[in-house]
Amino acid sequence: MTAMTTAPLAAPETRTPVRRPSARLRAWATRAPLLPALIFMIVVTQLPFVATLVISFFDWNALYPDARRFTGFGNYQEVLTDADLRHSVWTTVLLTVAVVLASLVLGLVLALLLDRRFRGRGIVRTLLIAPFLVVPVAAALLWKHVLYNPEYGLFNGLLHYVGGPQPDWISNTPLLAVEASLVWQWTPFMMLILLAGLQSRDHEQIEAARVDGASDWQIFVHLTLPHLRRYLELGALLGSIYIVQNFDAVFTITSGGLGTANLPYTVYQSFYQAHENGLASAAGVLVVIGSIVIATFALRVVSSLFREEVSRA
Amino acid sequence: MSTNALRVRRVRGKGAGLGLLAWLLGIAFFLPIAWMALTSFHSEQDAATNPPSFAAALTLDGYREFFGAGGGASPWPALINSTVASLASTLLVLLLAFPAAYALSINRVRKWTDVLFFFLSTKMLPAVAGLLPIYLFAKNAGMLDNIWLLVILYTSMNLPIAVWMMQSFLAEIPVAVIEAAKVDGARLPTILARVVAPISLPGIAATALICFIFSWNELLFARVLTGVVAETAPVFLTGFITSQGLFLAKVCAASLVISLPVLAAGFAAQDKLVQGLSLGAVK
Repeated sequence: MTAMTTAPLAAPETRTPVRRPSARLRAWATRAPLLPALIFMIVVTQLPFVATLVISFFDWNALYPDARRFTGFGNYQEVLTDADLRHSVWTTVLLTVAVVLASLVLGLVLALLLDRRFRGRGIVRTLLIAPFLVVPVAAALLWKHVLYNPEYGLFNGLLHYVGGPQPDWISNTPLLAVEASLVWQWTPFMMLILLAGLQSRDHEQIEAARVDGASDWQIFVHLTLPHLRRYLELGALLGSIYIVQNFDAVFTITSGGLGTANLPYTVYQSFYQAHENGLASAAGVLVVIGSIVIATFALRVVSSLFREEVSRA
Repeated sequence: MSTNALRVRRVRGKGAGLGLLAWLLGIAFFLPIAWMALTSFHSEQDAATNPPSFAAALTLDGYREFFGAGGGASPWPALINSTVASLASTLLVLLLAFPAAYALSINRVRKWTDVLFFFLSTKMLPAVAGLLPIYLFAKNAGMLDNIWLLVILYTSMNLPIAVWMMQSFLAEIPVAVIEAAKVDGARLPTILARVVAPISLPGIAATALICFIFSWNELLFARVLTGVVAETAPVFLTGFITSQGLFLAKVCAASLVISLPVLAAGFAAQDKLVQGLSLGAVK
């Protein structure tokens, strides 16, 4: 994604240009510690993507390697007109938007509660972070077998006590089932970002507003929310980047069945099981284009927070 | 009673109510994990009852089953593979990121912010986009089912996070300290190892813990690129996706054991967790 390095920052020079013959040498000496990491990243992340781009223009099924031929945009046409693939694009959007919004709202409520002083705050914070620290596959297994199971899962067990119905959660609402497990894992992430935002508020300003007779609600709407805006944006964008790529939960809970296959799962399936290399690559390129749209905004938010810190330092 | 005292009492009452709400929500979020832990110590019969048996007798059978007592595959090779992949890639990340962070914070290269944002942008490239070429390359190079291929990929996955975190830690080191070392005639490797590293040790440790977590959790690459030999712990867990009769206690034991290193690392790095996850944007 080399085209995206558009940091609108004026780089403060740490040293004045040296006008001696050794200037070039010294510039390379400065660069030397950076080069191994930079070259490593270019080779391991940019080259494969270029290869994906090239393969996406070929009709290539790994089971029939001799029938490989150039098709131009044929694969893209097939991806965009294939009903299953179009559905997986839609699923990806739905999954990402629902999970990000729900965990952002829940995370905001929790962050506001944790920003206050109360007995055992540290313990509650630790309890709330825990879901994020369960290995994603393990979390998905927990929801699939231990909570959702229609016969002896915890949800139906608890419903049993109040004489409620005994639904088959995954079969009835497959996408919602996947989303709920992801919201459970990602709410702590949003909470942590928003809590950091709340704690960076200007407390003198809030005190002053309170002295002037502002109510809690007025302070929240006019001071807290505007300050939190960038943290909300950051949470939403980072959450989107991570959840657009989600594979573990879809793979584990529904194995992509019941209309829950998102793009990453579809790409995985089309080359790992169907051996359609060209189609998989075209779908992969589409995922990247979608991510670039989100990432451009994400980079802008990160760079505005970053610039603030650089100027503060 | 003055109105002021009334107000204080009302505020305190509301505060206690909100504190209670925070506790209830905290417990609700933790409940699935607590239930998973309890179920892992139940017998398979007690684990699969409706209504749930909260007070059933405790046993270690689930853990014995998980570790292969019942004739199933032993999880040890997968656990060892995950440990090797996570530790080796974390070490490699630190070796690459530390000098890079130096060139982006202390002795800055020109356009250092552009370089930083290049690292960040690679993190936004979805893993699936490069998966196929990497798979084809590994197949032709005979590196499929090889743990060192995962080490390289996990290093590329975590390097941007490490560079961002470390550059923000190193930027806080006073320039005078480094100038003093230079005046004493120290060369760059010596400065990095003897001056910069000791000062930024807590930051380096937090970075390492976060890289470890991400490597340990990774499934997609491991699933596609490994088989019987280099299988990692998350791939081992995918063996539990389809139900196999009564196996809840075993699933819970497995999930808990495999999550334990991440839970430990995450709680240890709690304060730095946000910074790592937000790629250094939030402190």
